[in-house]
Amino acid sequence: MSPLDFGPHTPFIVASYAIGALVLAALTGWLIWDGRRQAALLAALEARRSQTSSK
Amino acid sequence: MQNQSITQRLANPTWFMSFSARVLPWLSAAAGLTIAYALATGFMTPPDYQQGHSVKIMFLHVPSAWLAMMAYGLVAVSSFGLLVFRHPLADVSAKAAAPIGAVFTLLALVTGSLWGKPTWGTYWQWDARMTSVLILFFLYLGLIALRSSLEDEALASKLTAVLALVGVVILPVIKYSVEWWNTLHQPAGVMKGGVDPVFLRPLLISAIGFTLLFFALHMKAMRNEILRRRVKARQMVEVDTAARRERAGVAGASVS
Repeated sequence: MSPLDFGPHTPFIVASYAIGALVLAALTGWLIWDGRRQAALLAALEARRSQTSSK
Repeated sequence: MQNQSITQRLANPTWFMSFSARVLPWLSAAAGLTIAYALATGFMTPPDYQQGHSVKIMFLHVPSAWLAMMAYGLVAVSSFGLLVFRHPLADVSAKAAAPIGAVFTLLALVTGSLWGKPTWGTYWQWDARMTSVLILFFLYLGLIALRSSLEDEALASKLTAVLALVGVVILPVIKYSVEWWNTLHQPAGVMKGGVDPVFLRPLLISAIGFTLLFFALHMKAMRNEILRRRVKARQMVEVDTAARRERAGVAGASVS
């Protein structure tokens, strides 16, 4: 018997946890991606500012 | 800095960025480990005498439903902090919490529906609990849409905060819907001894794990929002500097 065999309820349980994992992974991935994008933008702006002020 | 209270220090975005950078990895690790342990023990529980194995959906559904409401509470408290105390991070907190709350509300609805089919024989019914949680989900979407529809960020923050405070009335409606109306959804039983200890222990550990995950996600979203505001402020300075230079250039040319 598979550890994920819960009889007739298996599809409902597996679907619940699969959707939960997918949605939370997508949210986490989006937050990490957004954080990196903002940090890169800020670093680019800082670099441009220091270049401008050194001229 | 030494004499500042914790709330005063938390109000400082620079202090918050440094504090959250140190705390976030530990918070995320604690959330991951706690959820893994809760689900591992939850999946080893025996079938319920009435619901069979479908009771295992509870370890995801109940924490999601709790967090859907807690997140809205946080949005409302942060909105109050913005409107009354003008706390510098209150709006950042409210903006960061809304999409995360929407995600947990969606999870509560979807997992509730998937639990409802084997338990009640239907994925959905317009009963008071389910309908009020659906309204909460639309309220979250409304907050996100209202904020993104306005160009003026200060105005968007204030209007969103007012809507969030008006919408807080949904929380007692959700909480007491199973008592005020005759619903298909069972009454709250976790705090009233209605859940067998075999299921209660993994459920509470799961709730702690998902709450830690919520705070980790919220902290990360707040960090992103602070960075976004810094980017915007720098871009404004650049635009301003370029405009001043252009004006100076035009003035110089007209003098010569």
